[in-house]
This record gives sequence, C-alpha cells and structure tokens, in this order.
Amino acid sequence: MTSVQTPTPPDSLARVSLTAGKLPRFTPIALWVVALAVVAGLLALSGSFSIPLTVVLGTILFAVALLVLSRVVEGGRAARDRLATTLMYSAFALALIPLISLLWTVISYGVERFGPYFLTYTMRGVFGGMDAGGAYHAIVGTLEITAFATVISVPIGLLTAIYLVEYGPTRLGKAITFFVDVMTGIPSIVAGLFAYALFALIFGPGVRMGAAGSVALAVLMIPVVVRASEEMLKLVPNELREAAYALGVPKWLTIVKVVLRTAAAGIVTGVTLAIARVIGETAPLLITAGFANSVNYDLFDGRMMTLPVYVFRQYSQGLAPNGIVTINYDRAWAAALTLIIIVMLLNLIARLISRFFSPKTGRR
Amino acid sequence: MTTTDEPKVNSTPPAPQRPPQRPADRVFAASAKYAGVLILVILAAVAIFLLVQGWPAISTPGAELAEKVHWFGDGTSILGYVGPLVFGTILAALIALVIATPIAIGVALFISHYAPRRVASGLGYVIDLLAAIPSVVYGLWGALWLMPRLFPFTEWLTTYFGWIPLFEGPAANPARTIFTAGIVLAVMILPIITAVSREVFLQTPTLHEEAALALGATRWEMIRMAVLPFARSGIVSATMLGLGRALGETMAVAMVLSPGLMYSIFILQPGQQQNIAANIALKFPESSGLGVNVLIFTGLVLFLITLLVNMFARWIVSRRAEFSGAN
Repeated sequence: MTSVQTPTPPDSLARVSLTAGKLPRFTPIALWVVALAVVAGLLALSGSFSIPLTVVLGTILFAVALLVLSRVVEGGRAARDRLATTLMYSAFALALIPLISLLWTVISYGVERFGPYFLTYTMRGVFGGMDAGGAYHAIVGTLEITAFATVISVPIGLLTAIYLVEYGPTRLGKAITFFVDVMTGIPSIVAGLFAYALFALIFGPGVRMGAAGSVALAVLMIPVVVRASEEMLKLVPNELREAAYALGVPKWLTIVKVVLRTAAAGIVTGVTLAIARVIGETAPLLITAGFANSVNYDLFDGRMMTLPVYVFRQYSQGLAPNGIVTINYDRAWAAALTLIIIVMLLNLIARLISRFFSPKTGRR
Repeated sequence: MTTTDEPKVNSTPPAPQRPPQRPADRVFAASAKYAGVLILVILAAVAIFLLVQGWPAISTPGAELAEKVHWFGDGTSILGYVGPLVFGTILAALIALVIATPIAIGVALFISHYAPRRVASGLGYVIDLLAAIPSVVYGLWGALWLMPRLFPFTEWLTTYFGWIPLFEGPAANPARTIFTAGIVLAVMILPIITAVSREVFLQTPTLHEEAALALGATRWEMIRMAVLPFARSGIVSATMLGLGRALGETMAVAMVLSPGLMYSIFILQPGQQQNIAANIALKFPESSGLGVNVLIFTGLVLFLITLLVNMFARWIVSRRAEFSGAN
C-alpha cells in the first residue's frame, strides 16, 4: 500500500502509454488455453488423460500462472484481484456442472421409455422385468392432489395477503408476516406428518388418502402464495384505490374490482410458481397418500400414486431379477423426465402470464 | 346498499369522518382477517398435533418400545434413538453448508459484480432453475449419476488424507455415504443461498462502491471494503436459510445414504449416520401403532430444530432491515 505503483522509470515519463504495466486483455483466455494444453499433454504422457481432470488441474495451473505473471507485471494488488476474478468465474462454472449434468442425464435416460405408452398405461399387473408399465395413475394422482391443494391454499393465502396489504400494518399483521416466513421453512416431511396426524384423528390410524396429501401440500404452499400475492398487491398504485374511494365505491368492492383485477396477472404467476414448487414434493405424499399400482380417481378413498413417489418407488425396487434388468430405473428416469417437463411448463406459463397480462406501467 | 346504512353512521357524532361501514365490508374484512388467523392456527396445529401424536413415544418406556416396534433397538430409550438421528441430520447439513456457502457467495458475487450487466439477470435465472428441480430427481441423479463418478475422488481422499479422522477409509464403492448426500444437499441449497445473498449484494449503496473505486481500489478490494461488510448479516441469514433447508431435506438423503445409527464422524464410510427426515420417509410406510408415534416424535424434534434455525435467520434479516438505510 505504501509504495504507489510506479512501473515506469522517471526519465521516460514523456513516452509512457496508458496501458503500460498492464497485461493485455486477452491474457487470461490465452493463458487458460495454454494451461489446459499443458495439463492435457502431461496427463496424456502419464497415460491418465480425462477431460474433467484436465479442466480442474488446468484451471488450477492457470490460476497460479496468472497470479505469478500478474504479480511480476502488474504488482501484488492487481494479482490478488485477478485471483479473485478467477475464483468467481470458477464458482459459477462449478454451479453449472450439476445443472447441466442433471438435465442431460434425465433427458437422455428418460427418453428411452418416455412416450404415449408410458403416459397412458398404469403399473397394474406389471411385475419383474416386464417390458411394460407406465405412469398414468401417478400423473392422475399428482394432478388431482395438486389441484386440490391449490383449491385449499389459494383462498387462504390470497385473503391473508389482502389482510396484510389492504387492512394496514397491525400487530396481528406483523405476527402473521413473521410466522408466514417461519412457515416457509417447515420441512416438507413435517407437513406430511401433520396431515397424517390430522387425518388419523378423523379417520383412525393407518389412513392413506389423496386429500391428506393435498392438505400437506397446502401447508407448504400457503406461505408461498401469501408472499407472492403480498408483493403483487403492494405494487398496485395507491391512486387507483383513492380514485375508487372518491367515487364512493365500498372498500371490499375496491379490493375485488380494482386492486385484485390490477394485480391478477402477478397473482396468477405467483400461484403457478407455487404449484410448480409443491408438485415435485415427495416425502409428504409418501406418508399421506402412499403408493398404488392402479389408477384411483377418488381423493377421499384409499391410496393414490403420485409422480414423485412413483420415481422413488421405482428407484427403490432396484434391479429386476429377470427380463429387462434395469426396467425400474428406466421407468424412474422417464417419470423424472415427465415431472421435470411439468415443472418447467409451469414455470414457462408463469413467465408468459407475467409478460403478456401484467398491466403496462406506462411510465417507460 | 349505500342509502340504508349511511344515516346510522352519520348519526354518531364523535366520529363524523369515519367512512361508512357496510355489512359486506365487515364480512370481507373479517374473512381476510380470519384467513390470516387461520395461518397462525395451522402453524400451532402442526406443533400440537405432532406433540399429541408423538407423546406416546415419550411416555412409553424404552423396553416396551423395543418390544413393540421391530426396528427399535434393544436397550435404548427414545432419546437414545433420536440422538444419533439429530447428529446425522446436523452433520449432513453442515457438510452441505461447508460446500455450498463459498460457492454460492462466489456465484452471487459473479452475477452481481462480475458478469456483464446484460446477461446477469439471465444467469440468475439459470441458477434459479436449480431450485425448480424436484428433490426426488436430485436423489435419482445423486444415486445413479453422481455416486459412481464420485468414487475415484473419495478414494483419493482416503488415500492421501485418511489420517484426518473425518476422511478415514476405506472408501465405500457405491459411495452411499453421508459425504455424497452432503454434496447433493449442497447442490439443492445453492440456489437459495445464491438468491438471498445476490439480493443483498445488489443493495450495496452504489456511492460506497464508487467511492472505493475512486480511491483506486481494485474490483476485489472494492468488494472486500464496500460490499462484504454491508452484506455480512445478509450472508449469515442466507446461510441459515440454506441450513434450514438442508436439515429438513428428505428424498436426496433417503435415496443416497446407506443408513446407520451412530455418532460417527467417518463421512466416507457407509452405514454410519442417518438424518431424521429420511429415516421417517423410509420407515413410515411399514410402521404402525407405536412405531408411527416414535417417527412423529422424531418429526417434532426436526420441526423444532428447523424452527429455531429459521427464526434466527429471519431475526437477523428483520434486524438488518431496521438500519438498512445506510445509504
């Protein structure tokens, strides 16, 4: 810190350029390529070449080389800055590895069994390594249970958000906000245990039904709906409310006809994202709705299969003793692909709704 | 509607300014209020139901539990049963946290301060995609893709760092260990830590950053002097939120880990630890009677742990909100 960087001797002050004492802009990329090549060469010589190892070791070599080079040319502080930049870029690259590999594996393994047959047949009468079986019953269960959970949680969540935003900051409102935040952190399995305990109290122990799964999902969904709708209601400009009041419109009608209508697109987006979040929950459904091999349309009667539980069941059955040995894993991958497609579709729908239906601000 | 009610209100002299209260208004206000109260009731009900259903597990002596519940070990009490599970839960969450926190902060800084402005929000969306993937798919990926690829690395760890008790070998070949589970958990909590800390980093007063740069600081020095001190409490609460998530995660652990009930810190050996949530998910379908009560009691313990962690995180956030007018 004490010695200010003076890379140029005082006699040549007149001829100094602005980029003196700096590495050229292409240095990092060039150095990285060189480091990768060097490591690849060394690994090939020692006979243990592999792409992941090359990238990892090459990046480490690159970081060290850049540190040294920058320290010599640019000084210690710039060298530390370069090192930090390298670390940030590698952190991001590292975070992308699971995402890419996960999507790639699910798609490439999933498409093998994914298709009309898989989507329209159940697991009824399928055993061993039979080349059969689909996830129709699981898709039906997932859609029904999630829809019912939405029916439960949207009115509660929306009304609560209205209370928090439209009926002013009260002490009760503060408590609700705090506990809604706390509720977002409830482990999903605990929500499942709660729903089971509730239904066991009403219907007796050992109860399994789709509705219990819906209650569990609703517990997980309510806080998300509240937070999303609250944010959207807060965005509605106060002038709209005041204009309605000035025309003599009652408060409740103002809320229903003006505030909610203005915020509708945002709220629908928030609800869709909330559905996308809970539709992949496994643990609570495993506990409350159980698993089944054939289709069950009745939420209030007996076990119901859902897609996430289907994935888990197929996976935990392991390798089949005969026939197609890996059939269970294949079905698990195909069901996982179905699930991811549903989730991504919901996310896409949410984005489209918020893009096309949200009111134009007009300011820009 | 307006004409019938207005005279009544206007006739009360003390509050002439009060707007007229119509019946529909009252009904609507009340329903909004009770929806909010219902949420508090639900949260209380979660605690009460778990307590009621978990109580038989506490009040029954250990010997009777062992007799009636086939997977309940002889000679242990209910606390002796929960203890290793709590240990395993915390150990798995800590491994996830140690791996995820530095990477998440790096990613958040990358998106907020390093990436080109134009692509930054897109990159944030890419990371948010990680949060949208269902946990069971993570479990499948961890068990069938990650595990075989992780083995060379864990073998290398045990060979060269086996003298550290944590990494003591032999490394399991299908790596059904808590280390693998921790890595999968780390991937799952990465987006939440990233999202929260990115928000906080973006809130750093621009004047602070520009002042640091104007004084000749490099970008890294600016981040260390202006961004990180401002964001410290935000990072802590983001980490706590991630911890809360990792503590309660079920499927990834249930599908990856080979369970055991020991106070063991050998994270590269299978059959040593288990976490509460996965234990419930695996045992519940085949349990009945007292067994269910025992599992619900462990669920209650998990609920209390995550509640404390989350309340602590929220408390930090709210405390920060009070003096966030730093700019």
